[in-house]
Amino acid sequence: MNQDQAKANLLDLDEAPVGDVLTPTRRPSGFYGGLYLPTDKHELAGQPLETAPPPPHVVLPLTQHAGLPAIPCVKPGQRVLRGQQIAVADGFISANIHATTSGTVIAIDEQPVPHPSGLSAPCITIEADGKDEWCELHPVVGDYHTEDPVRVRQRVREAGIVGLGGAVFPTSTKLTARADINVHTLILNGAECDPQISCDEALMRRYATDIIAGARIVLHILQVNRCIIGIEEDKPESEAALRLAVEEFDDDRFEVVRVPAIYPEGSERQLIQALSGREVPSRGLPLDIGFVCLNVATAAAINTAVTTGRPLTERIVSVCGDAIARPANIIARLGTPVSSLVELCGGYTSDVDRLVVGGAMMGFAVGDDNIPVVKACNSILAMTADQGRSSKDIRPCIRCGECARVCPSRLLPQQLYWHAGSHDLEKLERYNIFDCIECGCCDYVCPSNIRLAQHFRFAKAEIAVQDADRERAALARQRYEDRNRRLADAAQDRAARIAAKKRKAAAAADIHKRRKVITDVMTRVRQKEARRDRTETQ
Amino acid sequence: MKFQVEPAPHIISARPVPQVMREVLYALIPAVVVYTWYFGAGLIVNVAIACAVALASEAAILRLRRRDVRLYLSDYSAVVTAALLAFALPSLTPWYVTVTGTLFAIVFAKHLYGGLGFNPFNPAMAGYVLLLIAFPTEMADLWIAPRGAGDGLSVGQTLAAIFASTPPAAGWDAITSATPLDQVQSDLSRAMTMSEINANPTMHGSIVGAWLWINLAVAAGGIYMLARGIIRWHIPLAVIAGLALMATLFYLADADRNPSPLFHLTTGATMLGAFFIATDPVSAATSLRGRLIYGFGIGVIAYIIRTWAAYPDGIAFAVLIMNVAVPAIDYFTIPKPYGARDD
Repeated sequence: MNQDQAKANLLDLDEAPVGDVLTPTRRPSGFYGGLYLPTDKHELAGQPLETAPPPPHVVLPLTQHAGLPAIPCVKPGQRVLRGQQIAVADGFISANIHATTSGTVIAIDEQPVPHPSGLSAPCITIEADGKDEWCELHPVVGDYHTEDPVRVRQRVREAGIVGLGGAVFPTSTKLTARADINVHTLILNGAECDPQISCDEALMRRYATDIIAGARIVLHILQVNRCIIGIEEDKPESEAALRLAVEEFDDDRFEVVRVPAIYPEGSERQLIQALSGREVPSRGLPLDIGFVCLNVATAAAINTAVTTGRPLTERIVSVCGDAIARPANIIARLGTPVSSLVELCGGYTSDVDRLVVGGAMMGFAVGDDNIPVVKACNSILAMTADQGRSSKDIRPCIRCGECARVCPSRLLPQQLYWHAGSHDLEKLERYNIFDCIECGCCDYVCPSNIRLAQHFRFAKAEIAVQDADRERAALARQRYEDRNRRLADAAQDRAARIAAKKRKAAAAADIHKRRKVITDVMTRVRQKEARRDRTETQ
Repeated sequence: MKFQVEPAPHIISARPVPQVMREVLYALIPAVVVYTWYFGAGLIVNVAIACAVALASEAAILRLRRRDVRLYLSDYSAVVTAALLAFALPSLTPWYVTVTGTLFAIVFAKHLYGGLGFNPFNPAMAGYVLLLIAFPTEMADLWIAPRGAGDGLSVGQTLAAIFASTPPAAGWDAITSATPLDQVQSDLSRAMTMSEINANPTMHGSIVGAWLWINLAVAAGGIYMLARGIIRWHIPLAVIAGLALMATLFYLADADRNPSPLFHLTTGATMLGAFFIATDPVSAATSLRGRLIYGFGIGVIAYIIRTWAAYPDGIAFAVLIMNVAVPAIDYFTIPKPYGARDD
């Protein structure tokens, strides 16, 4: 498709009335690959939400978002209030961090954080004073509709809001318009497809109004008139709650669309395809085809930030898994230790085997529960050995192709695995390894129990390292060649200068010689003439 | 509290390789029953010989290769290879022929290339083709008339024929009856027409019928595997489509010189090839589009061999030929990833 056509399509979509953006044949079309995963989370989502009490300490990592770590703006010993900014976003792709309870900053140092590496990272630790006192808040007063969209977006940025679906990309950055792109649709992602996590479902059931109110603010920021809420068909209660909320607002810009409950529909690329039949360009963003996609929890957080002025200080966390005594969805403030949330849920059962931050399909296992809840923590999943997967009995790949059948990126995982094994990085790129979204579908169906996603993560890192090496080598070569050229140039210059001097000297000598010849000739002529004159006069 | 750390995903669906292979064996049961009904106990004996040899040779070579014998032997892949090879042999095949074929399949076609998952050729078909070339007489002449056309052999006669190469009391006549494919091919080469061939007693309805029922039983097993998700439809459908398309074209052009598409689909190893042989994932193409091409190629080549080459059935050769083509097919059928279409 050339650019003009693409533009024409966008305009077309933009002018279509709400509801026509999805042609009937495409509704709900689903997407390539994916899995129906067995789940029992809906019961949990229906239980009352609990609020965790403020812990004695909160530990707030400086990196709770995609992009550069925030820069601390408080000092140890300083008293802070809940909602007070304690670290400033460093650049466009970064987010502010706020105190999540009132108290005293006692340390800014390395602490264990939820990260696949298991390494520590810089954090601000606040000792709570138990008062949980809020700082002075600055909501957008009056009707935000009359407010400049840029100012409203600024409020979202100040509040440190990031995508709460798990990718934690700074939201205000996502909402920043680009001159060359016509955004036509906001998509609210209510497709929580992971088999265990139910924090978004719990939110949708109880705070549907806040979600819709937040989405209305985003529509204002984006100056867009269409919002599609994608919700999976196995969440009828959430769907009903959202429909009711839309009705309450009597806002005809909204459309609630049911999609089949296929993992990984929570991935915005897959959801956009399921809703619109369109694919986000391989190396591009949803924005490139005119969509902005936000998680429902992010929309609710935007509503809170704009209408109450409260920054992001808490989120809903699903504490679940067979090894949790009493699973629950908990409103927890950021910085709360994971261990205290588990305690709130009655602790672990005796056969706990592994602890996962995130979902069973994409979350990472951690070795220790002494880590804080961060903005990305949608779930704390404690698994028993029976529930979890074992590394025993890994067999050779029989190329059954089931992995290719379920790969939502239409890759050939078995070929990638083969080339990853032989470290053929060139082939890996030819087989589009960078289009792998690491959803784990291939692992899930592999009869040989091969850790495919892990191989691909490793191979990607290997390629990145190799590329960096290659770049460094290229730079070094460039520097070496540049230096050689400079030396050669200098040598040439010098030679040229010497030659020029010689030439000059030679030329000078030459002129001198010629002058002498002329003078000699002239002298001879004059002498001759003088002689003749003399002769004539004689 | 310390927890076990492993990479995501943390859950998988439980249908490991051994179960997949076992289900392939279950799927063969109807075919074995029908085949035994028509041709006697020879098949069971052959399967037993082949399985014993396959397991023993696999265990020996795994030890040589210093692999986990228990883990690999328990994947049932050697048993599947043995069963498929035995199923392709005439029911009175002498024991040493079966042993040779199985050894070649397991040791040469499978393990010399690296074992399960690494063999470029379908091991069962490699073994079968070796036997076709090395033992042409045994492979062509030891077909007995199926029950209904002949009297059938007792277990004792079968065992004597297999282990002592003793002809059954009924005489060699009973055991040199050609298969329908063989008959059609040789008669056509003698310029006979299809109607003349069909009048021949060796094309007796019950002989053709036996092969029809065997193929139906194999297909039933195939449908079981499809329903269980052990195999996917692409390869079987493409094999059948390739063969049917060729057969239809030539049948429509000259019905008197070419057997009908139905005849092609219900005789010889058509269904076994489509559902059990070509679907061996290790030696097949990888992408879905690639698998359609791969299967279609097998169907077309099988027709060509059946019609114009020196062998009555072309499935085994067709599979091996397309095995050779797999890397090329794979090269040209890499699917475009999500978001890389159109633009």
